[in-house]
Amino acid sequence: MKRLAPYLLILPGGLWLLIFLVVPMVFMASVSTQEGDTLNGFVQTFNLSIYGDVLAQYRTQFLRSVGYGLAGTAVSIALAYPVASWIAFKGGARKSTYLLLVLLPFFVSFVLRTVSWKFLLADDGLLLAPLKSAGLVSGDFHVLQTTVAVIGGLVYNYLPFMILPIYVALERVDPRVIEAAHDLYASGRAAFTRVVLPLSLPGVFAGVLMTFVPMTADYVNAGILGGPENTMIGNIIQTEYLVNGDYPTASALSFTLMAVMLIGIFAYAKALGTENVLEAAAR
Amino acid sequence: MSASDTMVTAAEPGAEEGARPARPGIRLGDRLLKVYVWAVLAWLFLPIAVMIAFGFNDTRSKSNINWQGFTLKWWTRLGEYPELTEAVTNSLNIALLATAITTVLGTLMGLALGRYRFRGQGATNLVMFAAIASPELVMGASLLSLFISAGAQTGFVTVVIAHVLFSLSFVAVTVRARAVGLDRSVEEAARDLGASPWTTFWRVTFPAILPGVVSGALLAFALSIDDFVITQFTSGSLQTFPLWIWGATRMGIPPQVNILGTLIFALGVAVAVVNTLTGRRRT
Repeated sequence: MKRLAPYLLILPGGLWLLIFLVVPMVFMASVSTQEGDTLNGFVQTFNLSIYGDVLAQYRTQFLRSVGYGLAGTAVSIALAYPVASWIAFKGGARKSTYLLLVLLPFFVSFVLRTVSWKFLLADDGLLLAPLKSAGLVSGDFHVLQTTVAVIGGLVYNYLPFMILPIYVALERVDPRVIEAAHDLYASGRAAFTRVVLPLSLPGVFAGVLMTFVPMTADYVNAGILGGPENTMIGNIIQTEYLVNGDYPTASALSFTLMAVMLIGIFAYAKALGTENVLEAAAR
Repeated sequence: MSASDTMVTAAEPGAEEGARPARPGIRLGDRLLKVYVWAVLAWLFLPIAVMIAFGFNDTRSKSNINWQGFTLKWWTRLGEYPELTEAVTNSLNIALLATAITTVLGTLMGLALGRYRFRGQGATNLVMFAAIASPELVMGASLLSLFISAGAQTGFVTVVIAHVLFSLSFVAVTVRARAVGLDRSVEEAARDLGASPWTTFWRVTFPAILPGVVSGALLAFALSIDDFVITQFTSGSLQTFPLWIWGATRMGIPPQVNILGTLIFALGVAVAVVNTLTGRRRT
C-alpha cells in the first residue's frame, strides 16, 4: 500500500495530462497527413509532403514570428533586469508590494489589455491626437499596424514573466557575497559583472523560456495591433483551423511549431536542469 | 532552492534590510533607477487606467476611444448586451469548475511529487514541464484535433477540460514546493499518538500544505478566467468574456466591457492583497 501511494495520488492528474496533452499531439500529427475537406471528411493518406508545402508557403510568417519572439525577448531582458534588481536590492520592506504592482496587469484579461493599447495608440486616440494637433508629428503618422506596435504589445504582455524569475534569482544573492567582492577591491562594475550577473543568469534563462515561447506563438498582438504585414504563424494556424477548416495545413503548421519549440526547450532545459527551470517557470 | 524559501524571505521583509550594509546618502544612480522602475510600472498600468476611465466615458458613438465627459450611466446599463452578460457568466462558471477540479488533482500530484520518491517521477516532471512550456496555441490546436477526431462537440465541457489541463501543473508545482518543506516528524508523532492515516492527513498534513493549495487554486482561477487562446480553439460556439471582446474589437467595444473588466480587476486585486496579508501572517 505504501509503495502504491504515490501512484494512486498521481493517477488522476497524470491521466488527465496523458489523455489531453500527450494523446492530442499524436492526433495532431495524424490529422496533418490526412487529405480532404470539412464537407466530405478527411482520409488518412500519410501525405508527408504537406510539411514541405506549408513550410515553403508560410516561410515568411515562420521566420517573422521567430524574429518577433527574439526581438521581444531581448527588449524584455533589457527592460526587466533593472526593475528586478531594483526591487530585489532596494525594495526593502515594500518588496511584495512592488511585486504585486508588477503582477497587476494579470488581473485584466490579456485581450482586453491589448484592445486597450489599440485604443490608446489609435490614429486619433489619446496618445497621437494631442501630438498631431500640437504639430509634433505629421498627420499621417501612425503606430498601429506596424512592427513596432506588435513587438511593443508582445513586450507589454509578457514583461512580468521576465521580471519575476530575474527577481527571484537576484533575491537569492547573498548581500555578503557582494560585500566580499567590494572588500576584495572589486569596483562596482566588476562586482556586478563577475558576481551578481552570473548568479542571476538562471533567472534570465527561465525568463527567456517564459517569454520567447509564448511570444513566438502569439497571434493576439499581431491580430489586434498589427496589420497585414505583421501576420505571424499563430494567425495563420488560427485562421486555417477556425476559419478555413483546413485542418491538415493547420495541424502541419502547429506540429512544426511545436517540434521546433519543444526541441529548443528541452535542449535548453537539459543544459540548465529541468527541475530548476520548471520551478522557476511555475513561480 | 524551492519556492518555499522565497516565500519565507518575501514574508520577512525586514530581514534583508538589516543585512544590507548602510551606505551614506542615496546615490544619483539609485534615484534614476527608482524613477525608471516607476516609469515601467506606470507603463504596465497605463492601459488598465484607460480601461477603468473609459467605463465612465459619456461616449455616443460605438467607438469608445475619445473622452466625451464623465457619466455613471453605463453602470446602470450593465446588462444591456445579453450575449455579453452570458459570456461573463460562462467565464465565471468555467473558472469555478476548472479551479475545483484542478485544485483536487493538482494537490494530489503535488503531494506525490513532494512526499515520495518513485519510479516515473522524472517522466511526470517532464510531462508537467511540457504542459507549462508548450505554447498555448499548440495545446489548443492539438486538443481541437483530438476533439475533431473523436467526433466530440466542442463547448463548455471541452473548455473546462482544456483549462484544467493548462493549470494542473502550476497547482502541482505550488503544492509540491510546500510538501517538500514539510516536517515528517510531526506526521510520525501524530501516528505514534494513535491517529489514523486519514486523521493524520486532515489534521496535520493538509493544514501544512494549505497555503500552497490556496495559492494554487487562486492561480488556476486567474489563469482560467483570463484565458483566450486555448479557449478559442476548444469552445465551438460558446462565448466567454475574452472571446466576446475579441469578436467585438472590430466593431468597437461598449463601455460595459470596461466596467466588467474593472470589476474583475478589482476582485483580483482584492483577493491578491488578502492572500498576501494572510500569507504573511501564516508563515
